[in-house]
Amino acid sequence: MGTEATARLELKSITKRFPGVLANDQVSFSVQPGEIHALLGENGAGKSTLVKMIYGIMQPDGGEIRWNGERIVVAHPKAARKLGIGMVFQHFSLFEAMTVLENIALGMDAKIPARELEARIKEVMTQYGLKLEPHRIVSTLSVGERQRIEIVRALLLNPKLLIMDEPTSVLTPQEVEQLFVVLRQLASEGCSILYISHKLHEIKALCHTATILRGGKLVDTCNPSVETSRSMAEKMIGGNLKTIEKAEGRTVGREKLIVNRLNMPARSHFGVSLKDITFTVREGEIFGIAGVAGNGQNALLLALSGETLTDDPGAITVDGAQLGRLTAKQRRLAGVSSVPEERNGHAAVPEFTLADNSVLTARDRLGMVKGGLIDHKAARTYAGEVISTFAVKALGPGSTAGSLSGGNLQKYIMGREIMQNPAVLVVSQPTWGVDAGAAAAIHQALVDLAAAGSAIVVISQDLDELLSLCDTLAVINEGRLSPSMKVADADIEEIGLLMGGVHGDPAATANLHPEPVHAHQA
Amino acid sequence: MSTEFIIAAIVTIVGLTTPILLAALGELVVEKAGVLNLGVEGMMLMGAICGFGVTVSTFNPWLGILGAAAGGALSSMLFAVLVLELNSNQVATGLALTIFGTGLSSLIGLSYTGFIAPVFGSVFPASLANDAYLKVIFGYSPIVYFALIMVPVVAWFLKSTRSGMILRAVGENDLSAHSIGYSVKGVRYAAIAFGGAMAGIGGAYFSMVITPMWAEKMTAGRGWIALALVVFAGWRAGRLLVGAYFFGILMALELYAKASGFSFLPSQFWAAMPYLMTVIALSVISMRDRSGGNAPACLGKPFLPST
Ligand SMILES: Nc1ncnc2c1ncn2[C@@H]1O[C@H](COP(=O)(O)OP(=O)(O)OP(=O)(O)O)[C@@H](O)[C@H]1O
Ligand SMILES: [Mg+2]
Repeated sequence: MGTEATARLELKSITKRFPGVLANDQVSFSVQPGEIHALLGENGAGKSTLVKMIYGIMQPDGGEIRWNGERIVVAHPKAARKLGIGMVFQHFSLFEAMTVLENIALGMDAKIPARELEARIKEVMTQYGLKLEPHRIVSTLSVGERQRIEIVRALLLNPKLLIMDEPTSVLTPQEVEQLFVVLRQLASEGCSILYISHKLHEIKALCHTATILRGGKLVDTCNPSVETSRSMAEKMIGGNLKTIEKAEGRTVGREKLIVNRLNMPARSHFGVSLKDITFTVREGEIFGIAGVAGNGQNALLLALSGETLTDDPGAITVDGAQLGRLTAKQRRLAGVSSVPEERNGHAAVPEFTLADNSVLTARDRLGMVKGGLIDHKAARTYAGEVISTFAVKALGPGSTAGSLSGGNLQKYIMGREIMQNPAVLVVSQPTWGVDAGAAAAIHQALVDLAAAGSAIVVISQDLDELLSLCDTLAVINEGRLSPSMKVADADIEEIGLLMGGVHGDPAATANLHPEPVHAHQA
Repeated sequence: MSTEFIIAAIVTIVGLTTPILLAALGELVVEKAGVLNLGVEGMMLMGAICGFGVTVSTFNPWLGILGAAAGGALSSMLFAVLVLELNSNQVATGLALTIFGTGLSSLIGLSYTGFIAPVFGSVFPASLANDAYLKVIFGYSPIVYFALIMVPVVAWFLKSTRSGMILRAVGENDLSAHSIGYSVKGVRYAAIAFGGAMAGIGGAYFSMVITPMWAEKMTAGRGWIALALVVFAGWRAGRLLVGAYFFGILMALELYAKASGFSFLPSQFWAAMPYLMTVIALSVISMRDRSGGNAPACLGKPFLPST
């Protein structure tokens, strides 16, 4: 054997073709033991496809995979796990009606008695600081909690190679920091990590090497610690990255959306109730709602969109009109659009075409239904306009929503709402899983919409996003909203304290200090 | 009311309940795996004729039961191949299976008309089985005890075994189960075969116990009641037992009304009662719980993984 150590994983000329797209084109690179290797690329660049082949969910059309120097065929995810490959999926592979414990047990190949498994889960959770209640039903959990199940499930397998497809897109900054501690610890124990993320500052903080894909081709390999986020983003898109342009001297207009003492009981035993939510958004204003996942953001979005109705019609008013008792359809007609955080199944129907998905929210405002019949031509035209305006990578209005990569679907959904020129737009996690270029495009579109006079509410866990995008900010904690503050004179320290709640765990805000606390590092 | 009357009533009710309970337990497992097989009636008829044919040919009712299970399972495989391999529409394919099973059982049954098989009755000593009082416990065909045992067995299998958990996972989110590495098709084949076998045994109860002869369409629509029962019970084995006995009592009332010339309401009304209740139960449930509650999320949907 030569001086060079054998790579843990080596890919040689991997090629994968889908009808109409070449998702991976002759991709070759290798990952060493103990290396944290980033896989970067725009939405639709083929990152998920590549790792799915390593994990045996899909088979490559060409090329070979080597594991510790030996050529292998990963026929099946079970075979991958047997080799010691674990994976955390971008779109959760969870079973909603089942408990956390059952979901984890399903990911284990060995038969482990429930009690022993529970003990091991508890062990992994305390070791890595991941909190979960084993007996809760998954459908009652927030997105962040769901992600934790996947991570615990993968960690229980003691993997040699851990693939993480956008694991942090929905985690709080503190959770991200904890995850990084875990990942660094794993890497120091010799586990290789293949890490996909659009958050380039995370890549810089965590990864040793980065491989960049564009349009399915490997275009560059670099060392993230010597690159800047901007230079990596520009390598990904193969061009210059735009910065958000806010018109100079922008002024906000009249009060548009007024939420006054909005109360909402919890929808389930584990849900969060909303308590006296009060805020005002003016014409042209972007209002941010920060907070740790699971503090009532979902309930608030549903209450604003009209999926759940309030008893008090005056709790929500737009231009003086009382909307509290209006349904989602009526609110849309009144100019209130909304985008929930879950793209597949909530914001869009994966089995429907993009055109049909546009009918779902735009039918009344844009007159896509005539005499009870769907005007397919109008729907296709509108979908086509959204695709071209927002540079969505899709074959056309006839593609099914489920066939789009995560970020592209998000761009489509955002575009579908923004292009209806809503008077009020409520969005949750607008750039979750969206690449840097597309995130900039979405942010710009929101800024432009506000400039045209709409009132916008952005619910996000990404504080950086809120600080750069919003004019005003409030923090939600346990279903209560803090008083609003101007972003220009907001105090990060104070926001952090609010996110943790007045009586909250001070550790929950530690991440917001300039130097993160590495409590677990020896 | 005399004790004799109550005992006679219980024996009748148990007899009427057993076939729907068996078929519904089978269908419960099928639906928990995410497959909607509307062919229960057809599979019951296939089980009825196969069980009867084997019993008449071998004079062994135990072999007859195996024959019934095999008949039901084999006919269900036709459905399974169409639905799992060719992704045909489950509703249409299930209806086709009912029509097919009705026709094929009649065709096979042509050569068995006029035969009489030995009744597959109680296997306990006559002193127990025919005792005026003890027959309420010992006087039944082994199929009855089998059905009752299968209720906790199915409940335990679904709730507490790993295989049961995998089966529920497949019914809950087939794509995720596939991406973790479970064989969605394999699980569904097994579930459909089990459902077919249970329906077959349920059907054989008509041709081997109730009337030990073959008659066309002798299951008289009970397969549909079994289907409704699964929904009625909210996909839970325990409630399935309660629901099945509820329907059994309704059907017994019909017989009683007919026999006694009970004039309060025409007997046709009582005959229609179970079916009417099915419709009412289904509407009430769907009104109460729009999300379908405990229904498996993938029920009736084709499985289309990307390769
Ligand atoms: N099952 C499929 N059938 C057809 N096309 C597919 C399928 N899966 C992915 N694609 C296409 O392959 C390309 C690569 O998709 P992939 O999901 O790998 O992107 P990605 O880099 O993970 O993007 P993102 O950052 O948005 O997650 C896209 O054009 C996508 O539309
Ligand atoms: Mg992806």
